[in-house]
Amino acid sequence: MTLLEIRDLRVTFGRRRDPFVAVDGVSLDVGAEETVGLVGESGSGKTTVARCVAGLQRPDAGTVTFEGRPLERVGRRPAELQRAVQMVFQDPRSSLNPRMSIAAIIGEAWRTHPSTAPDGDRTAALHALLADVGMDADVADRRPGDLSGGQCQRVSIARALAVRPRLLVCDEAVSALDVSVQAQILRLLVDLRRTHHLAMLFISHDLGVVHQIADRVAVMRSGQIVEEGPATEVLAAPKHEYTRALLDAALDLDDAGPAVTA
Amino acid sequence: MSDVRTARTGGAPVAQHEALLQVDGLTVDLPGTRGDVRVVDGVSFDVPAGTTVGLIGESGSGKTMTANAIIGLLPDGARTGGRLLWRGEDLLHADGARRRKARGHEISMIFQDPLAALNPTQRIGRQVGEILRRDGVGRAEVRRRVVELLDRAGVPDPAERANRYPHEFSGGLRQRAMIALALAGSPSLLLADEPTTALDVTVQARILTLLQTIQQDEGLSVLLVSHDLRVVANVASEVVVMYAGRVAERGPAPVVLRRPAHPYTKALVRSVPAVRTKTALADPLPGAPATPANRPAGCPFHPRCPIARDRCRTEVPAVREVAPGRAAACHFAEEVLAP
Repeated sequence: MTLLEIRDLRVTFGRRRDPFVAVDGVSLDVGAEETVGLVGESGSGKTTVARCVAGLQRPDAGTVTFEGRPLERVGRRPAELQRAVQMVFQDPRSSLNPRMSIAAIIGEAWRTHPSTAPDGDRTAALHALLADVGMDADVADRRPGDLSGGQCQRVSIARALAVRPRLLVCDEAVSALDVSVQAQILRLLVDLRRTHHLAMLFISHDLGVVHQIADRVAVMRSGQIVEEGPATEVLAAPKHEYTRALLDAALDLDDAGPAVTA
Repeated sequence: MSDVRTARTGGAPVAQHEALLQVDGLTVDLPGTRGDVRVVDGVSFDVPAGTTVGLIGESGSGKTMTANAIIGLLPDGARTGGRLLWRGEDLLHADGARRRKARGHEISMIFQDPLAALNPTQRIGRQVGEILRRDGVGRAEVRRRVVELLDRAGVPDPAERANRYPHEFSGGLRQRAMIALALAGSPSLLLADEPTTALDVTVQARILTLLQTIQQDEGLSVLLVSHDLRVVANVASEVVVMYAGRVAERGPAPVVLRRPAHPYTKALVRSVPAVRTKTALADPLPGAPATPANRPAGCPFHPRCPIARDRCRTEVPAVREVAPGRAAACHFAEEVLAP
């Protein structure tokens, strides 16, 4: 069943007479509990698509619907849809308020969506949520500045989970993390996807990571999707020349090293 | 050649031919709020002439501080120890004039963010030619060489582009301009600190190819500092893996990355997914990289290490030869190497 439906999305920036077309007629579906990878280089429009889905950007044309209901801008979106779609950003430090404790950050999410707030013991619910993202209860009183980048990203994910979303939009969610920490967060996302029955729109420039976790992949270039299909097909046997060019440029650990000069 | 380097244990004799640069027991202490922090702790490795050495590490590993120490760009208050043998001459203890002369002419550096490294108020050509002007090269000759350098760095239409400002360049072109600037003084060693990290994959591939071409054409040595194992695997012939300010492992890149001798390298290699085939998610290491400010006792990697034992918690492992041409700082390297 289709959860998210993007149809003929178009976003332009700049002057009306000479607009920059960031998204140029994008259509894309994400099924329930499905992970769709959106790849492309900088400026391809992938983040703008994500921002439209999250309601942070108003499209010039086209529609975004969630189970058939239109996803409008944040503020005009019914609370129920607002919470169903949550976003995880690239830089966990700048997406968490440095002056708030972790408990307050999660509490704010519950205050924004009271229907998801725990009925009974909030502290117990908070600790359970932190445990879900692999963190000890004692981080509740700390602030983002006391935590490592990986821990901050866990908090971002906990904040998203707090309101029981159906779709997680991850925009380069592991790109800013150390290599050894990246693997932890990927594992966490994959585990949560199963336990919380989440669908994911996973945006990344890292084709290897996308290949690991996406069911389907869409490749964007200059605001358009040039190729879309099952991850194993698109990334192992690409049909579009741009996808091939991207794959050719991508490095693999197994690629032959340099010629040894002597 | 990959077999010329020998693990330096004690005062063991060195390689058959002289390395261009020998980093020997380098230490860097930075003043911190709770006393000095040793961010680089006894780092040793060689950069042979005409090769690319990859320096791999995560945040806090000390890789950038090592590069900064080599070129002499450490922050105020930094204290250094050990030796930096440049063609046998210790640059670390040389006077300011000698170091300034080395900088640009013998050793130069390119950075991750060329926009921050370039002067936004000066035309590209002026910046590329600065070192030549300082050397007293005539105006017309400077101009000619600048255009030639930009051309060699793959800047299209170099004569026209020399008159432009950094903001008028794309990210890839800026990095090319930085490379032209770095080559202007005809250095023998180029330090490249995450030179492609901010770039798109297709641009990254072209910049790496350019670096390799220049390295081979000019017989340059390159010390490539990167967190990205894939980048290092593709361009470096030797690799040094750093963790918490120390060398975890070093050796020929293809061998080290295929069959690591240190559990940390092994975990790093496993966490890099393949692009064209679906890789299963690796079992991640627990915790975050140790930092020099709170370096665990014993082996700094032991809290995250899957094979750590009692000895690892108390005894700092020395960097020792574990196979011909390979060294690792692990008490149980033989076990890691075993098939």
